[in-house]
Amino acid sequence: MLKTLHYIASIGIVSEQPPSGDDSLRLREDVNQRILAVLGRALCIRHVDAGSCNGCELEIHALNNPVYNIEGIGIKFVASPRHADLLLVTGPVSRNMEAALLRTYEATPDPKLVVAIGDCGCTGGIFGESYACRGRVSNVVPVNVAVPGCPPNPTRILQGILTAVTHGAGDAAVGG
Amino acid sequence: MALAAWLARGSPQEGAARLLALDVTRDDWRRLARDVAGAGGWLAMLWAGASARGKAARIHAVYQADGHGLVATLELDAGADCPGIEDVFPAAGRMQRAMQDLSGVPSTAADSRPWLRHAAWPPSFHPLVDATPFPPSGEPAVDAYEFVRVQGEGVHEIAVGPVHAGIIEPGHFRFSIVGEKVLRLEERLGYVHKGIERRFTDMQALDGHRLAARVSGDSAVAFSWAYCQALESLCECEVPVRAAYLRALCLEIERIQNHLGDLGALGNDAGFVFGLTQFSRLKELFLRQVEAALGQRYLFDAVVPGGMSNGIGDDGAQELAEHVALLAIEARQLKNIYDEHPGVRDRFVGAGQLTPGLARRLGLIGLAGRASGISCDARADLPSHPYELLGVRKAVQDTGDVAARVTVRFDELQESCRLIGLILERLPRGPHRVDEGVPAADKLAVGWVEGWRGPAIVALEVAADGRVSRCHPHDPSWQNWPALEHAVIGNIVPDFPLINKSFNLSYSGHDL
Repeated sequence: MLKTLHYIASIGIVSEQPPSGDDSLRLREDVNQRILAVLGRALCIRHVDAGSCNGCELEIHALNNPVYNIEGIGIKFVASPRHADLLLVTGPVSRNMEAALLRTYEATPDPKLVVAIGDCGCTGGIFGESYACRGRVSNVVPVNVAVPGCPPNPTRILQGILTAVTHGAGDAAVGG
Repeated sequence: MALAAWLARGSPQEGAARLLALDVTRDDWRRLARDVAGAGGWLAMLWAGASARGKAARIHAVYQADGHGLVATLELDAGADCPGIEDVFPAAGRMQRAMQDLSGVPSTAADSRPWLRHAAWPPSFHPLVDATPFPPSGEPAVDAYEFVRVQGEGVHEIAVGPVHAGIIEPGHFRFSIVGEKVLRLEERLGYVHKGIERRFTDMQALDGHRLAARVSGDSAVAFSWAYCQALESLCECEVPVRAAYLRALCLEIERIQNHLGDLGALGNDAGFVFGLTQFSRLKELFLRQVEAALGQRYLFDAVVPGGMSNGIGDDGAQELAEHVALLAIEARQLKNIYDEHPGVRDRFVGAGQLTPGLARRLGLIGLAGRASGISCDARADLPSHPYELLGVRKAVQDTGDVAARVTVRFDELQESCRLIGLILERLPRGPHRVDEGVPAADKLAVGWVEGWRGPAIVALEVAADGRVSRCHPHDPSWQNWPALEHAVIGNIVPDFPLINKSFNLSYSGHDL
């Protein structure tokens, strides 16, 4: 126990400042005032892997590490779409996941936001559209913000999330 | 026939070191499997080669036995079924079902349920032998899969997935339980089937490494190296020694990245959030150091045909070596904390046990195999350059529980740090890439690289126009997913996430 406490004290706080949003990532401008008023600075995210290679997941995980410390800015990942304000969707949508993604989207209460992550989520990526893939996420559910990269780094992913909860050209987080 | 007699009949096989090729008859197919099993060998992979609808099929099985990889090939008559070997190697069952789904080659096995095919395309369509166009897609449908039912007083089912509660890949788990105790787990996978093997056939062989790197994103180096190894042997291309060392460097980096991530997650699943915090911090700092040295946090397109896409500067190499030396010290301190924490020990010891006998029977491989006393590691057993010069020390435990898999990860983390130090110290000068040349057509080559999870194996055939005619990547999760079903029997449901994480098997790499 003492060793653990000593370790914690010796490391200290390593968290960095979060980035601002980036309007170039925005696909849809239908984020209404109601969402912004409801979400404020407390945002609940449900991640859905709809066909990813698991590369984007590695970088999404990193948002929870103490350096990015996403919970420190009021954003947390939740275990059910019913608790979520925002879906973070990866992958070219595989046909075998299409129904599950639609059901997850439907289970998420309105108003809701969708952020597509990675080249595959943005365009279908290297997998494209085929007998097995529906391609980009917006082929299956409406997408507000899309973050390219293979995989995008945690800062870009966080920018995408923050872009979705800000409106217009401003870069201030909502409620700030 | 004794195994030695089969090996004596083999001829050299293109691809990784110590591989032999062997053409067998239909009667020999099962005999060979039994003899390999009898000699303590194991099934590495099973697939159908390039073919077209209505044409004869070639099926291949790769075994590892007695210090060799043995690539067996059987020419099937058109319409003939594959003699099942699932009674000898249980993991073959799902590989045979996948072969039916994708190549239309049925097997004689009793379980003929579809495996990778859900409701998205009709049973009459076999993506690896049918020419386009693809079948039209209708409304997204969900099929009724026949899970095995467990009956009796108080038995009920818990259905989990495909969308899970964490940041994790999708799959379905059907638990049959009484109280909190798991009587049976049945997995259903295939949700992230992306048609990768079919996609390969649209590509030039010289571009295929990019897709191979994305078979399973956490094993990008392992698969892209295995792909390039197969391709380069078809090209008769020898990569520069500096490139070989840099590939090994990247492979060990990938191993460290995954072990750091999983060791933190395992602490978290045992209720020790400190572990997740500190390991995820260490991982982030390591990723940044890797990016500074090699230009990418995750090394997706580092390994390319003919060598490496980027070299490493002297300063970058020096800083990376220093970082890794400090990382090893800190990981040792964290291991002490894990080892001495009574709550963590209580959750780890005895959970999800696969005894060496059961593990051998199930054909467990890779990291999980080594935690159950199965001492196989291609870096030591079938070493590709430069591993034969590095003297890899295998990490082996024999209790087969979560604690053993955690110990193997800690030991491999230390060993990878040592290897990185050695690689950077000995890193030869010279070019990091050469012209790869032109691949020979209509020959089979097999690449074999020990990724962090276990052997990443890639079989490659190239057409005369330079296109991939068949590429079959194989993730060790094919062997270890069925074994996980056994590991959870008798455990309580709340221990499942911990047990599952201790294996951390791939969905994407399995579902292809």
